[in-house]
Amino acid sequence: MQVDLRTEVAGLELRNPTMLSAGILGMTAKSLRTVWDAGAGAVVTKSLGLKPREGYPNPSVVDVGCGLLNAMGLPNPGVHEFLKELKVARSGNPIKIIGSVYGGSSEEFAEAAKILSQGGVDAVELNVSCPHVREVGVEIGQNPELVEEVVSEVKKAVTLPLFVKLSPNVTSITNLALAAERGGADALVAINTLRAMAIDIETHRPVLGNRIGGLSGPAIKPVALRCVYEVSQAVRIPVVGCGGIADWRDAVEFLLAGASAVQIGTAIAYRDLSIFKEVASGLERYLLRRGHRRVGEIVGLSH
Amino acid sequence: MFRDRRCAHASPGQYVMLWLPGVDEVPMSLSSIGPGVLCGVSVERVGEATTVIHQLKEGDLVGVRGPFGKGFTPSKGKVLLVAGGTGLASLLPLAERFKALGGNVLMACGGKTRSVLFGLERLRSLVGSESLVLATEDGSVGVKGLVTEVAARILDESGFEAVYTCGPEPMMRVVFELAERRGVPTQACLERMVKCSLGLCGSCMIGRFRLCKDGPVLSSVQLREVLDEFGVFTRGFDGSPIWY
Repeated sequence: MQVDLRTEVAGLELRNPTMLSAGILGMTAKSLRTVWDAGAGAVVTKSLGLKPREGYPNPSVVDVGCGLLNAMGLPNPGVHEFLKELKVARSGNPIKIIGSVYGGSSEEFAEAAKILSQGGVDAVELNVSCPHVREVGVEIGQNPELVEEVVSEVKKAVTLPLFVKLSPNVTSITNLALAAERGGADALVAINTLRAMAIDIETHRPVLGNRIGGLSGPAIKPVALRCVYEVSQAVRIPVVGCGGIADWRDAVEFLLAGASAVQIGTAIAYRDLSIFKEVASGLERYLLRRGHRRVGEIVGLSH
Repeated sequence: MFRDRRCAHASPGQYVMLWLPGVDEVPMSLSSIGPGVLCGVSVERVGEATTVIHQLKEGDLVGVRGPFGKGFTPSKGKVLLVAGGTGLASLLPLAERFKALGGNVLMACGGKTRSVLFGLERLRSLVGSESLVLATEDGSVGVKGLVTEVAARILDESGFEAVYTCGPEPMMRVVFELAERRGVPTQACLERMVKCSLGLCGSCMIGRFRLCKDGPVLSSVQLREVLDEFGVFTRGFDGSPIWY
C-alpha cells in the first residue's frame, strides 16, 4: 500500500502538507527556491506592503531558550520591487509560492494583494498582525470587525485562494476565525506569534530594539495546537497549523487537531532545512504504520 | 576589547553581534581572539552605533552574541592575504593563526590613505616587515596605487596555495578573479546586513548562501555560484538591491 502525501488546501495543490512560514528565508527568489528544493510543499514569502520598510533596529531576534522572540518590523522591499524576485523565483521548475501581504487599512491590503496576485503567486496570505494606520495602537488582527472588512475587501480584488493568518493575542480566536470566514477567507492559518519580551538584568533594558515582539517556537506549540483545535471546529474552511512545529510528530498532532497542512519557520534555526524532508518522511511512515493512504484521513481525528 | 569565553574560541573570520543597549546591535568581525578570554573588534566610526562604540570606556557593558559564521580555513604552503580598508580586521586573527602554525604568509594591505590603515605594528610582528606590502591610493604610505594591483604583481610569482581576502566587495571580486586566472583557490570574507544572525530572516543572503551561517567566508566554489551578485550588488535593510 502506497501513501500519497499530496494535499489540497483551498484549491492549492501541494506535493506534501508542509509549508515554509512567512518571514523566514522568504526575501529573495534564490532563498525561496532553496527552501522549495529542500522539500517544502509551498513557500510563503516575507510579508510585503505597498511601500518598502527597513524594519526595526536590532536586536530584532532573541533566543529565549524555549523559542525565539522577534521584532523584525516587517522589513521588505515593497510589493512592486518584489515582483522582480517573483519573476526569477518562478523561472525554472514549477514551485508553489504563497505571497504574504500586510497593510494599514483594507484598501492597502487589497491593493498589495492585487499587485502580488498579478505577479505570479499561487495564493495570498494576509498578515493581519500589523497596526491599523488610522486607529493608532490597534492591531488589525485583534479586531474581528476589521479583519472581516479587510478580508472582504481583498476578496473583491483577488481571485486566488486567500489564506488569513490569525493572531493569538485575542480573547477569542474563534471569533476572529469566524469573522475571517464571513469576510470570504478560503483558509485560515493558526497562529502568528505571541506578544512577548525579554529584559536584560545587567542593563535593565528590554532586549529587543522594538522592546516588545512576537514569541515563536516550541514554547507556543501547545497554544497553537489549542487554537487549531478550537478554530477548525468552528469554521468550515480548512485550517493550516503554525507554531512550534519541529518534527513529524508535531505535524501529526496538528493534523489530528484539525489542520490540513502545517507551516514551519522557527524550527529551521534549530534543525536547518532538512526538517521539511524529515517531517514529510516521518509523516509518511506514520500514515503507513496506521493503515492510512492519504493525509486527509487523519485531519481532525482528535475532535 | 571585551571578555567572553565563547568568543575566545572563535575561528579567524567569525564575527559577533555587538549590542549597545538602547542603540543597536551590529555585526563586527573579531579582529583579535585571545589571549585568555580577551577578544577585540576594530571599529570605524561611520554611524550611530559605531559612534557609541568609540565613546565606550573601560568597564562599560556591551552585549555580545556569538561567535557566528564559518571562518577561514588555513591551508598549508605559501599563502597571500589581501586586505582592503577595514577588511584588515577579519584578516588579523588569520595572520595570528598562520604565525602560530608556522605558515608562509605574504600580505598586501591597502586603503585610500595612511590614516585608514590600522594595527600595522601588530601586522609587522605577525608576518614580518619583509612579507608585508602596503598600498595607498594617495601614496601616503607604501606603494601608490590599489591593493589589487599589488596583489596581481605578487600573484605573478608562482607557488601560492591560497588567497585570503577581506575588504570592499568590488575589491574582493577583483582579487578573486586574479586568483581564478592563476588557478589559486580564494577564501573571501563577505559582508551583508545582519539582523537575526541565526539563519532565519534572510537579510544576509548572497545567492542561496546565508552569510551568518554558510559564511561570512565563502570559498571559490561558492563564489562561482554567485558571480551575478558578488561585487555587483548588495542589499539594503529593506531587502532591495543596492548596486556597487
